[in-house]
Amino acid sequence: MDIQLKILRFNPEKDKQPYFQDFNVKNVSDDWRLLDVLHEIKGNYDGTLTFRRSCAHGICGSDGMKVNGKNKLACALLLKDINTKKTIVIEPLPALPIIKDLVVDMSSFFMKYEVIKPYLITNTPPPPNHERIQSNEDAEKLFESAKCILCACCTTSCPSTWTNENYIGPAAMLRAYRYINDTRDEGGDERLDILDTPDGIWRCHTIFNCIEACPKEINITWHISQLKKKLSSREM
Amino acid sequence: MIKTYDVVIVGAGGAGLRAAVEIPKEYSCAVISKVYPPRSHTGTAQGGVCAALSNMEEDSWENHAFDTVKGSDYLGDQDSIEVMCRDAIRAIIELEHMGMPFSRNDKGLIAQRFFGGHTKPEDKNDPYGKRVPVKRSCYSADRTGHVMLQTLFENSIKNQVTFYSEYFVTDLLVENGVCKGVVAFDIANSEVQIFQAKAVLFATGGYGRVFRITSNAHAGTGDGSSLVYNAGLPLEDMEFFQFHPTGLWKLGILVSEAARGEGGILKNKDGERFMARYAPSVMDLAPRDMVSRAIITEIREGRGIRGSDGTDYVLLDLTHLGKEVIDEKLPEITGFARTYLGVEPTTEPIPIQPTAHYAMGGIPTNTDCEVLLNEKGDTVKGLYAAGECACVSVHGANRLGTNSLLDLVVFGRRGGKAIAEFLKTAAFSDISEKADEKTRELIDRLLTSAGNERAVSIRTELQNNMMEDCGVFRSEAGLKKMIVKLEELKERYKNISIQDKSRVFNTELVEAIELNNLLNNAEATLYGAYNRTESRGAHSREDYPKRDDQDWMKHSFAFKKDSGAPEIKYKPVVITRYQPMERKY
Repeated sequence: MDIQLKILRFNPEKDKQPYFQDFNVKNVSDDWRLLDVLHEIKGNYDGTLTFRRSCAHGICGSDGMKVNGKNKLACALLLKDINTKKTIVIEPLPALPIIKDLVVDMSSFFMKYEVIKPYLITNTPPPPNHERIQSNEDAEKLFESAKCILCACCTTSCPSTWTNENYIGPAAMLRAYRYINDTRDEGGDERLDILDTPDGIWRCHTIFNCIEACPKEINITWHISQLKKKLSSREM
Repeated sequence: MIKTYDVVIVGAGGAGLRAAVEIPKEYSCAVISKVYPPRSHTGTAQGGVCAALSNMEEDSWENHAFDTVKGSDYLGDQDSIEVMCRDAIRAIIELEHMGMPFSRNDKGLIAQRFFGGHTKPEDKNDPYGKRVPVKRSCYSADRTGHVMLQTLFENSIKNQVTFYSEYFVTDLLVENGVCKGVVAFDIANSEVQIFQAKAVLFATGGYGRVFRITSNAHAGTGDGSSLVYNAGLPLEDMEFFQFHPTGLWKLGILVSEAARGEGGILKNKDGERFMARYAPSVMDLAPRDMVSRAIITEIREGRGIRGSDGTDYVLLDLTHLGKEVIDEKLPEITGFARTYLGVEPTTEPIPIQPTAHYAMGGIPTNTDCEVLLNEKGDTVKGLYAAGECACVSVHGANRLGTNSLLDLVVFGRRGGKAIAEFLKTAAFSDISEKADEKTRELIDRLLTSAGNERAVSIRTELQNNMMEDCGVFRSEAGLKKMIVKLEELKERYKNISIQDKSRVFNTELVEAIELNNLLNNAEATLYGAYNRTESRGAHSREDYPKRDDQDWMKHSFAFKKDSGAPEIKYKPVVITRYQPMERKY
């Protein structure tokens, strides 16, 4: 089948403004990933089309982009799951500066992630010759949040991010949850202090966009609400 | 402009990051990576990392070492294998202490499960008698690599490592056996940068993108091995490339061996558990080279299933495991089957076919990760390598599942430690301000070339032909055909041009340079395969079906020549305690 796409283009060396370019891509099949279509365009239609990608199966988190208004990973979206009778509209992730075409500047996203101290903080030395003891039940409580691939689909889908570029965002909070709830960690209070700031957790208004945007189907809002509960009970 | 660091690490996957964590804070350390560190390919490893922790049943590092030697088809260097398997226990405990989340057993210790080729003697008093599978693989559901990579990345942040993300390394500065640094460009603006360093560690990963069907990321283009090869240094055992038996049909996406470790069964079109005929004692848990050959043999003999794309597959059946086990222990891979093939693994078998997965060969090093200058064992001063790009050689002719993640953490750390020791007395070497000229010329040439060849066509032809003629089974006729093809592609590459003339985030430029790296890796692989007239591990010659210990218990070292075939020299295999035996399972 043939499909129509509208892709936002921007090359700062020659364009003053981003603009949409139309592509009519021939002989695609509905079991193709959207990423395969982008490769087809780059290989056979227009070598200048620029996007990030690496693993191509939803683990590395490189190819987040806005597809028909929603944040998606191009490699985890099949054509059969898109209405290909209509033009597919592809834009870069919102709320981050565009470097070129679908490539955005991720540096502020990674800075926010570093702010919440994404590593084990502990004052108790571990047992010298074996692992710390943790029940499987406690370990599995971390797995959902540890699934996060840092693709930025959630953070850039959030209206609070759109209106406040300093907002820490759901991805960083999800990572904070992963450490705060680790029975081996002792840095919970430090991190809760970081979240309990003007650009922190209270900017989350449970709009649920993050859940819809997450390609790993993590219930991010639930994790954030657990952190809010922890903060509320701490204050009392 | 020249930037100066005590250490420059190229590659931010497991090996590079583990090395970075090991560099003492008094030394300056930069990690250069063409992708953001958490995008690295280590993150896609699924099933686990082996260590004889004995958390589920009695086990020993010697059992692990024996399995690794046997799995390597006796080509692995036994001194390196002993280092790795002995250190595995400490390495896994250390990862736990760093914060890596593991699945746990009922005592709260790290949980372990079965994995292909990992066994122990049924009778402890008869160490070379019958062997049975052992639970040795430590895991975190089926996202072991993902959480390992994140843990190491996060520990690097804690250690305040300086990252140069989305910088692409284009030149290795080695002169008279001394490494002086590297040259890279910032992908965001194509600005070229010389990095002067006392020590450089390459942790640049594999080159699976040489093949059409691969589990490897698009970034897996063998950049480090290609730079080393271009610098006149050897590449070791490149003919040994592992095909993982269970790639998702058509796509090659990895379906971890953990699926078989949890009890999954391979079936042909008649519903027969065919592995019972090829490896009666361990069946579906036989090593990867054997299972891949068994699958291709089933398909060739008409017991595969023809897919809509004209390729054949067999089935991986998990349905008898039950929804609970599948959802708890194999959520990621069963998700791939649902997303990409529309198959529901709790009720239907998954179509699979072998997929190019792992380079056993690579940049030769000793057990301190120092890069070898030649087959005699002399080293390049200040140059180190670890992880998939390196060849220590712990995997020999065939890697056992889970030993790649182990290799990263054991040898990443050893490389870091060796560098820290080296830095106590090391000094910077003089470096010319013009050291970046070669890279500047390369970029200018590619941006202005009016040639009539495109990277995408050369790459596609390379991948299709390598898959056909240098894959699971090889023969002289096929390899000769491939050599002609490769030489043609190398010629055509000289006439390459790109459409994107921009200096801003030019991924077409990056891909064009990556293609040259693929061609270099393919060259060493292909000529190595042609040269080695025996079958051993993953290298299976139909015209020489037997292992030949008389003539071939040796590593190949390929040195690039100005044109055509590389010069191949040999280094003997290190044997400590395990004499070669017939490899049966």
